[in-house]
Order: sequence, then C-alpha cells, then structure tokens
Amino acid sequence: MSFRKVGEKGVAITGIGQSEVGRPSSKSAMQLTVDACREAISDAGLTRNEIDGVVSWPGDNNNGDAFSPVGPNALIGTMGLKVNWYGGGYEGPGPIAGVINGAMAIAAGLCKHVLVFRTITESSRRLVDKNAGALTKKTTGRDSSFSWQWYTPFNVMSGINLMAMYAQRHFYEFGTREEQLAQIALTCRANAILNAKAVFRDPLTLDDYMASRYISTPLRLFDCDVHCDASTAIILSRNDVAKDCKNTPIRIEAMGSALHQPWSWDQIDLTGMAARDAAGMMWSRTDYKPEDVGSAQLYDGFSILTLLWLEALGLCPEGEGGRFIEGGNRIALSGELPINTNGGQLSGGRTHGLGYIHEACTQLWQRGGSRQTKAHDVTIVAAGGGPLAGCTLLVKG
Amino acid sequence: MKRKLPALSVESSPFWQGGGDGQLKILFCKACEYYFHPPGPVCPKCTEDNIAPREVSGKGSVATYTINHQRWHPDLDVPFVIAIVELDEQPGLRFVTNIINCEPESVRIGMRVKVTFLQQDDVWLPLFEADQ
Repeated sequence: MSFRKVGEKGVAITGIGQSEVGRPSSKSAMQLTVDACREAISDAGLTRNEIDGVVSWPGDNNNGDAFSPVGPNALIGTMGLKVNWYGGGYEGPGPIAGVINGAMAIAAGLCKHVLVFRTITESSRRLVDKNAGALTKKTTGRDSSFSWQWYTPFNVMSGINLMAMYAQRHFYEFGTREEQLAQIALTCRANAILNAKAVFRDPLTLDDYMASRYISTPLRLFDCDVHCDASTAIILSRNDVAKDCKNTPIRIEAMGSALHQPWSWDQIDLTGMAARDAAGMMWSRTDYKPEDVGSAQLYDGFSILTLLWLEALGLCPEGEGGRFIEGGNRIALSGELPINTNGGQLSGGRTHGLGYIHEACTQLWQRGGSRQTKAHDVTIVAAGGGPLAGCTLLVKG
Repeated sequence: MKRKLPALSVESSPFWQGGGDGQLKILFCKACEYYFHPPGPVCPKCTEDNIAPREVSGKGSVATYTINHQRWHPDLDVPFVIAIVELDEQPGLRFVTNIINCEPESVRIGMRVKVTFLQQDDVWLPLFEADQ
C-alpha cells in the first residue's frame, strides 16, 4: 500500500466532552448527548455557531435502540446547529468510524469543525430486558440478517460466543493462559479505581477473576464489558483553525480502516481479525513506529480483543500477547505501555468507541489526575472486534 | 428449545435443506475448483457464476470452539458447545455449528467430527459429532 496524500494529517482533535456515566442514568439519551456536546464545544473554545459538521457511529440506525438512541438528524435540531455536512450509519470500520468519517469530511474541505458524538443507553434498557442485546432479537421471525443468520440457528445468542472462539484459538496456537488474559481485566479495574466516573471501582484480584463464572469458555464474567448510559463527544478541527482553539491540538497522524477479508465473524483470520488489516494500513500512512507510542486505548468489549489489538498493532509480536501482559506490569499506569487508563469498557463503562478517544486526549493533555501516566505525545486508539476494526495514531502538537 | 431459523434464499437453501437428502451441500465454483461459504450468487474468488451446490463428505475437524454457560433464554439448555468446523475438502472451508452427543468438556481443537442433521420445520441444521 502507498498513499500519495494522507488527508487526516490536516485534522486535529481540539476538544472533548462526556456526560455522566450512569448505571443507569436518570437523564434522557438526548440530555446526555447535549451534556457531552456542550462540554466538548466549550472545551475547544468554540461556540455552536462554529460547528459546521456533525457525525456519529452508528447514529440512530434502529429507531432509538439503546445501542445508539441519538443520531445527527435528531441532534442538529435539538442544538440548533447549522451544518455543511452530517452523517451516521452502522456500516464502516467499527466504533471510531465517526472520527474517521469526520476527518474525511474536513480533509475533503466540507467542514472546519466537526462534532463527533456517541450515545448509548444500554444500562437503562437492561433494567427492562436483561437480554436485550441477544442476537436472536435483532430480527423478528426468521433471521434475515446477512451475517447473524449463520450463527443464531446454532444458538449463538451473544457476540461473546464468537470472540470466545478467537480466544480459544489463540490459547491453542500460542499457549496463552487464562491467568495471562486476566491481566486485561485486572489492569482496567486498577485504573478504574482512580477514575471517579468509572462504573466498577472495587478492587479485583487474580483470585477473584479465576473464581468468577464462565460465560463462554475461556471467557469469564470479568472478561465482558459493563453496560452504562453515557454520551461522549469530541471536536475535530482543520489544522489551520485548530491552532486558534484553546487546547494544544492533537493531530490525527494516521488512520486505519482497511478490511481485506469478508465482513464475517467466522470467515476472517481468527486471531488477527480485521484489526490486522486496519493496523497495517495505519502504519503505512506514517513514519512513526510502534516503539514511539506512549500509551494505548484498545477496545475491550471483551478482554481478548485488547490482547489481539496489541498484536495486530505490532505493540508486541504476534502470538506474544499473553506473555506481554503477564503479571500486568508492562500495561499498568506506571508501565512501558499503559492501556485503557480510565478503566476501559470492562470497568469504566461501555461508552463504545469514543470513550477511548476521550481518554487518549485526557492523557495527552495531562488531565488524568491520579490516573495520569508519565507525559507523552503519541498514543493509539483502536476499536472493534471481528470484522469491525478502526484505529488512529494521535500526536500532540 | 426451538431454535431461531434462517430465512431461506435461492443461494442458501441447499446448505440449510440438503440434510433432507442426508447431504451437506456447499457451493462450488467449477471455474476455480473452489468451494465457498457463506453462499452467494457468484464465486467470491473469480466473481463468475459458474457455480452449483456440491455434496461434501461432511467430515472435518474442530478449528475452534467454546462451551456456552450463560442461559441467554430461560428455555436454553446449558452448557452446550459452539464450534467452527473446518471441512476436509478445502483449507479454510468452515462454518459455525454445534458439537453434540458428547460431554462438552471432551471437545478439543483438532478433534475429528462428522455431520449429523437436526431438522426443525423446513431446515436441516448441519451439526457435528465425534467421528470415531
């Protein structure tokens, strides 16, 4: 792959915002969204009149479903925005697709300041229906979805079944052990204890982890992320105008959105996933190397995905993920590569994608308080599992 | 419990209904000599439409698996095994299924398996059991 122009280099993050993270929240989905968006706009030193683009992944793709109850269509009127470009939609490179799309809109000259947001109210929804997310409920009657129809007849009712099979394969091929994988959950919990907004803040030990029940072997309860009600927003700005914003711009040095395999949970590389395609593309668009990275926010919808992203991104060699995280020192806040510094989705809450961008900026701007890592300017955010994968390399200044 | 069944299409019916004849059928491209799954109207390798369902041996091995313990539905019997089985006919020719008629803890990656069909309404689900 070679790219003559890397358009995202002309785009920077200039502000971030986040609502309360409730389990559940008493606020409406739109109130959470407005809370996050107002904070992000203000953080960038802008007013709403300067926002000329708005985007969300996946947006309101299913009529107010708790997975994504608010999309750009609804927000534009609610906040009185006047935009040149807006968009949403599920299909695309995973939970940070909104950032990727927003950066493209700026690079294409459609907008100067894009508001990217992501709202989720799965905690409230589960008070009504404990298994609201079951894959068998995505269709009524026979399963006509192009992807899920190949799994639901075999009683695959949750994504965990598919990702547990990636974990099992990784254990088989590379000798990865449960005690090693546990470090993802334990590291997230240790970080969450230092984050007042995190959902789970009680200490978690290796013994607690090993004593927890299996959901789908080899994955246990603590390998699953935790539902919440929250909204997260960030502001993307064109580089020349970003310089006039309040914060030191965090440049989008490179993005990865590639998919070189079928969009499928069982026909793809079971231990490389689409993450390998996206990561390869990202590194081909920059002179930075994995050793330049000071921290990483890596998707942990299920713990195994974080481990697979570490390998896909070249932050450790292929197959070495288990040994890399063993004992947890390397990936701890004080380690050589702190990960998921706000507690991730496993303990912080399933803000689903944008939460990682928010935390990456929090760390680069050194706003982390008691969970602040040592100062660094280069970080990675990567999100998605299976066929969903998007990643971005962020550089401050 | 009754399983969720797939919507049948022209392309997918041979896979879901081949069991009615006791056959596991996979689409085969005669130009590429290539099996492919999931089904579609053209061969994904050459995008030509010189394709037809072909009976395969129904034998393969477990590429990976998981034992599901969570009762996602009150009527769901747990634990049970979900697996990806790779068929003998071609490397990478695989799909998600269940391994049945054995202790869940006895399943291993690489385990030899053979197809057995479970009929529900007009669908014959291709499940697998140990091939001893």
